[in-house]
Amino acid sequence: MGAYLDHAATTPMRPEAVAAMLPFLTERFGNPSGVHAVARAARRAMDDARESVAADLGARPAEVVFTGSGTEADNLALVGVHSRRGGAVVCTAVEHHAVLETCRALGGRVVPVRADGQLDLDALADALDPTVSVVSVMLANNEVGTVQPLAEVVALTRERAPDALVHTDAVQAVPWLDVASLAGGADLLAVSAHKFGGPKGVGALVVRQGAQLDPIIHGGGQERDRRSGTHNVAGIVAMAAALRVTAAARPEVVTSVGRLRDRLADGLLAAVPGAQETGSRQHKVAGNCHLRFPGVESEALLVLLDEAGVFASAGSACASGALEPSHVLVAMGLSAAEAGSSVRLSLGAGSTQGDVDLALEVVPKAVADLRG
Amino acid sequence: MRVLVAMSGGVDSSVAAALLVESGHEVVGATMKLWGGASDAGCCTVDDVEDARRVADQLGIAHRVFNFSEDFEARVVDPYVAAHAAGATPNPCIECNRHLKFRRFLDRAVKLRFDAVATGHHARVVNERGRWRLRRGADRAKDQSYVLSVLGQDQLGRVLLPVGHLTKAEVRTRAAELGLRTAAKPDSQEVCFISATGGRAAFLRERLSLHAGRVVDAASGADVGSVDALELVTVGQRRGLGGGATGGRSRRYALSVDTGASTVLVGSHDDLLTEQTALRDLTWVDGAAHQGSAVLAQVSAHGSAVPATFEGEGLRWSAPQRRVAPGQTVALYDGDAVVGAGLAA
Repeated sequence: MGAYLDHAATTPMRPEAVAAMLPFLTERFGNPSGVHAVARAARRAMDDARESVAADLGARPAEVVFTGSGTEADNLALVGVHSRRGGAVVCTAVEHHAVLETCRALGGRVVPVRADGQLDLDALADALDPTVSVVSVMLANNEVGTVQPLAEVVALTRERAPDALVHTDAVQAVPWLDVASLAGGADLLAVSAHKFGGPKGVGALVVRQGAQLDPIIHGGGQERDRRSGTHNVAGIVAMAAALRVTAAARPEVVTSVGRLRDRLADGLLAAVPGAQETGSRQHKVAGNCHLRFPGVESEALLVLLDEAGVFASAGSACASGALEPSHVLVAMGLSAAEAGSSVRLSLGAGSTQGDVDLALEVVPKAVADLRG
Repeated sequence: MRVLVAMSGGVDSSVAAALLVESGHEVVGATMKLWGGASDAGCCTVDDVEDARRVADQLGIAHRVFNFSEDFEARVVDPYVAAHAAGATPNPCIECNRHLKFRRFLDRAVKLRFDAVATGHHARVVNERGRWRLRRGADRAKDQSYVLSVLGQDQLGRVLLPVGHLTKAEVRTRAAELGLRTAAKPDSQEVCFISATGGRAAFLRERLSLHAGRVVDAASGADVGSVDALELVTVGQRRGLGGGATGGRSRRYALSVDTGASTVLVGSHDDLLTEQTALRDLTWVDGAAHQGSAVLAQVSAHGSAVPATFEGEGLRWSAPQRRVAPGQTVALYDGDAVVGAGLAA
């Protein structure tokens, strides 16, 4: 029961993905790196999955590197390129921590965004020069849903830093955007299965032919020496299945979820005095509803929502589980107090009118209670 | 009753939560994340939060984490540093109780529709003729009424201290009987944001510039030595005041610290004794004490309470006492009940 409105954190698995992975947890348990029949059965499934993922992401099978997470894929992109070629790393101030912290660890440059969350292309131009080896710009933001102008980033990079590779963290984009088309110009592209109905613990990095990087995990040389470690066959197969279903359903889901999101956002903006929407709805993914309720602390609001069966989030949690101030909102120019009064309600393919009804009933009441 | 228990991840608050669950209350546990910096001394580490969460799981109650680190920095850490800069010796645990545990946390609990908050402190809140009283814990050696002495009626009416009537040994026995993972966890001893390795000096050195000073004999006015950091000298301290080993009856004690003049006045043990102590920022459990009333005054967490007369602006000691370092909390008692508290001026 309740309304799960935290799809940007993780999604329930698609039944097709669960069904696809089960045989690989039981009878088809082989290690695909082996030579015998048991191994070959697993190998075949993994090769099929690779072709399927490649097709859905607009890549060639040989360009798909399976990883253990979206975070690992982002790390492989940035650390791998930096290790191979040195040079400067550039990313935006609203990247997921997987990119932002990696960029910082590599001594990289962080480019500011505008108040609506979109990358400041002039600032990017200033940050680019021929010493840059990799530019990382997310396709869609995890907190406020803003879609970045990736084609322009690619064009600008080719002009200002001709040797640089462009990486895009497309982890949040897959359910909502035509990643194959929008990220067609990127050299590297990261996805994570659990954000689109696949299992946790599996992701992929597309490494376009010619883009060179060093591995960050060394060992048996799997994934063409780009990512060692025995393959998570069940997870990979399930990711492929989830991606196939997600891609096929996407136009319809974007339309229907977009309507639900609009009803939710408009309803709350009308029902809660002083409520404000973060970012521009025209430039965000269909599942994102990010609102601010001045005078209310997110941390307290989330408790009341949780108790009333509305499962949402705000900012990101640190190791102890405490909410941290959102670097995304701060980068968009919001004050700490504004950032601390926000809530993210993120919808997914399975969201219903009932979920929106419950949120529309619970959120205004909780805000009113907290404002007391 | 709906009760929000502050769970630090220690044995006392674990048992406090367990006792409340046993009594049939609707209980939720919450851990405050207070300190974001590096420290190995006490609460707020990931391990402590995990202990609290797992105990809550075991008790079948929800557990939440509240990030109050900004308030902690502003209300506890910054004033702690500022007090040292002024040559005073603050008690950050009391300020944390005053501003965080029994204000910020309590306010949050009220907003979340809880009827009361509970902690694992060893002290007792009792209602006598409609008024709330704060009494010492049953275990005199572990009594924590001193660090709660800044609470008033508004707070005490919404505070439960479920382990206050137990000895520490009984708390540990209960925890062991319940199979709580915190049963044998050592008590936290030090200020939670100060690391055991670097200590107070290392912490302060990062946050304020420490100044060398002269050590001056109060009687003769003669320079008798020097200190590297005036800000680290505490009134009453004997060690580290330079001047060589004089031993025996000529031991010197810090009588006062003057950061403006960069001097520490020192004198004999007799010089350290005083007949009165001025107090500021007085707070009262249930209204101000009458001028001239007899009180028992305690000047440290585990010190003994000694007789004095409350004189409005401060205390007159029944027998001369060592000077109280400025900034230290002086808790006033009537028998085993806290009357109020103030800071030594």
